[in-house]
Amino acid sequence: MKTTFKSIVLLLSATFILSGCGNNNSKSAGNDGALRSSKAEKVYVAPGEHDSHYAFISGGYSGNVTVYGLPSGRLFKEIPVFSQFPTSGYGYSEETKPMLNTSFGEIPWDDAHHPDISQTNGVLDGRWIFINGNNTPRIARISLKTFETEEIIEVPNSAGNHSSSFITENTEYVVAGTRFSVPVPQKDMPIAEYKGNFKGALSFIKVDPETGRMGIKFQIMMPGFNYDLSHPGRDKSHGWFFFTTYNTEEANSLLEVNASQNDKDFIAAINWKKIEEYVDNGGGTKMPANYAHNVYDEHTHTATSTMKKEVLTVNPADIPGAIYLLPTPKSPHGCDVDPTGEYIIGNGKLSADLTIHSFTKMLDAIENKKFDGDAYGIPILNYEDVLAGAVKSGGLGPLHTEFDDKGNAYTTFFISSEVVKWKVGTWEVIDRKPTYYSVGHLTIPGGNSRKPFGKYMFAMNKITKDRYLPTGPELEHSAQLYDISGDKMELLLDFPTHGEPHYAAAIPADIVKGNSQKIYRLDENKHPYAVTNQADAKVTRNGNEVHISMSMIRSHFTPDNIEGIKVGDKVYFHITNLEQDFDVPHGFAMIGQNTSELLIMPGQTKTSVWEPKQVGVWPFYCTDFCSALHQEMQGYIRVSPKNSNIELSWTLDGE
Amino acid sequence: MKKAGIIMIIGSLLLLGLFKFPLWNIMLGAPQYPEPLGLDIYINGIQGASEFDLQNIDGLNHYIGMKTLPKPEDMWEFSIFPKVIGGMVAIGVLIGILGFIGKVSYKWFIGWFILMSILGILGMYDFHLWLIDYGSNLDPKAILKLVDEQGNPMKYDPPLIGHKILLNFDAFSYPHTGAYMMFVGMMLTIVAFFVGKKEYKKS
Repeated sequence: MKTTFKSIVLLLSATFILSGCGNNNSKSAGNDGALRSSKAEKVYVAPGEHDSHYAFISGGYSGNVTVYGLPSGRLFKEIPVFSQFPTSGYGYSEETKPMLNTSFGEIPWDDAHHPDISQTNGVLDGRWIFINGNNTPRIARISLKTFETEEIIEVPNSAGNHSSSFITENTEYVVAGTRFSVPVPQKDMPIAEYKGNFKGALSFIKVDPETGRMGIKFQIMMPGFNYDLSHPGRDKSHGWFFFTTYNTEEANSLLEVNASQNDKDFIAAINWKKIEEYVDNGGGTKMPANYAHNVYDEHTHTATSTMKKEVLTVNPADIPGAIYLLPTPKSPHGCDVDPTGEYIIGNGKLSADLTIHSFTKMLDAIENKKFDGDAYGIPILNYEDVLAGAVKSGGLGPLHTEFDDKGNAYTTFFISSEVVKWKVGTWEVIDRKPTYYSVGHLTIPGGNSRKPFGKYMFAMNKITKDRYLPTGPELEHSAQLYDISGDKMELLLDFPTHGEPHYAAAIPADIVKGNSQKIYRLDENKHPYAVTNQADAKVTRNGNEVHISMSMIRSHFTPDNIEGIKVGDKVYFHITNLEQDFDVPHGFAMIGQNTSELLIMPGQTKTSVWEPKQVGVWPFYCTDFCSALHQEMQGYIRVSPKNSNIELSWTLDGE
Repeated sequence: MKKAGIIMIIGSLLLLGLFKFPLWNIMLGAPQYPEPLGLDIYINGIQGASEFDLQNIDGLNHYIGMKTLPKPEDMWEFSIFPKVIGGMVAIGVLIGILGFIGKVSYKWFIGWFILMSILGILGMYDFHLWLIDYGSNLDPKAILKLVDEQGNPMKYDPPLIGHKILLNFDAFSYPHTGAYMMFVGMMLTIVAFFVGKKEYKKS
């Protein structure tokens, strides 16, 4: 007995000493510069070595997506999505202009918010990334084989496409929920009559499992709230989608006050499988619409834009039992579902606490019809009946939550600038770490799926202040990388991010890099003006249109001398890069051209238009340093007066 | 001479590997080609080790004025070699069968080996001449005109066997599967000779 007691005491004291040591270490690591080297090692990726993860960070007002490596924080690429991009000619070349077409005409910009990687059985499969255009509602699909935007679909009846673009666990649907409710269809009416008259469209866009092609399957015409963020159900809640709302007051002016009156807004829980079934059986109302569907074909290297004229709408009142409202304090912003699908986390941005709803309790309350009234016919459940618990955090302004692989959740707090780690199920706070400063979203690779990869977490901060060398009044936003493999989070790295990063999606590199394409095959190039060998290069005139089918290879263009072009002509350069070697693009730039240069990948064809305005002999050249003789990669075009009768001719080396 | 005949037949048949596998392989690695470019030389033509290697090697070679790599129809060797190999396999198998049924002496086995060796050496010599011509008979308008330490025009012939540095490229030239199969096959014909000799003495 005595010995047992002794050994327990010994054991306890040993544990105490050990844990005490651990605490001391972690404390000093934060303050002592000398010990920071261990952090440097954790983010150091030696020359020639690869990062373990890709991070795809939305560019916000840049309209693009940037690709970073983790843990190094190195920028690999900017993928143009909603914005013209002179670096590659995206949105300037004739082939990619249709990508930016909308019902409002060409819109060469958007506000890109929430990327989401495609999933199979709730696990990231690394095939595509979807991202929303917030300003002029659009959803884009980026291929993770080519890292190019392949498709953009406009979303009608929507405005401020914010609760978007989140996908269901087999990439069945990508949603586009409207932030602003608007008159549907749009009409001239007094703004003061908003209440009861405006609608909030939640669009369910079907994704083809093979090609990824998108099509709007149905739009749910919800009451005129603001639909802020959303998250699909997972695992047990697969088949449901959850949307946070604010302005359930349906105020139309000074929302910062008037939309903050209700103690509780809602999370709208939508049984999309039920609605899908209703629609498949002929339910819903077709209404006229006008929206663009833009698809880029990898083989013709050309995008086409089709205007769609109709959309199927669904009135919630017509499908009882498909939609319920979960009261959630207090103007909830983030809406996140844990990997098991049981818990739906609503972060009241004006609250200090997190509200966690239970999916099981929700189903139970629905079963037993425990309703607390309704909103425009949609049943409201009792707050207490669906509540699983709350995280009493003491932080301020909770926004977004992601999950690791050990049953923990991580929530960002905007106002108190911190990330709080808490235990799912016990709601106990485990750790908290400051961020610098004003954190918005955070990302754990796979952290919004059924299978998080819980090694890293990074926070995307809105304010940079003193983190880097100052660059005038404008600073790039700052992201911060944390190691979350231990009990305590450890800040490893600051890195600047381009644009205004909102959300990011991250994935282990192994899932993506093996599929990454190295070239476009010339023998699959179906561009109508492609020349797949130099001998086929030609120049043809059709009225005042001149089509130059040109090839490029290290280190020359074919042809490189062209005569017979006249002022007032519309000259199309259709240029094919004949290289079939990884990472050997060539560029093309023409003096005085009113678009951008082109950057053409191996095996690819791109077209740009030049309208010469002055007579003369004008040079063009390759803009991408391609070989030792890159400087020699150039040519001339002779431009004659409009009434000149010089014949069209072209040569290479005088032949 | 049953055993010897069978070994002779197997040995001869191993040469058929040359119709399926490359005889020789040349790899060209450089700092900007972390995945080296490669040539697989078959008895009936040259193929890239990876799909676009031929095109990429030709593309690079135009800077130093080298001819493009020969297509099968550009070289008589690529139509003759398969016939020679095919013929030698047929003869070897025939000798093996005749030896098996006791119609020819084991000395025919070594005879076949000597003939094959002579043909092989001639083939290697021809290959060597082609490499020299390919690497030194350059376009006079070549973009890069380099000289070696003695001031002679730089030659770009890869080594017949082994390693050589060609400008920024490390060239490695070694026999490939087909050649190894041929080598093993020819060794077997020598074995057949000795086994036959032993069997002859026993009887």
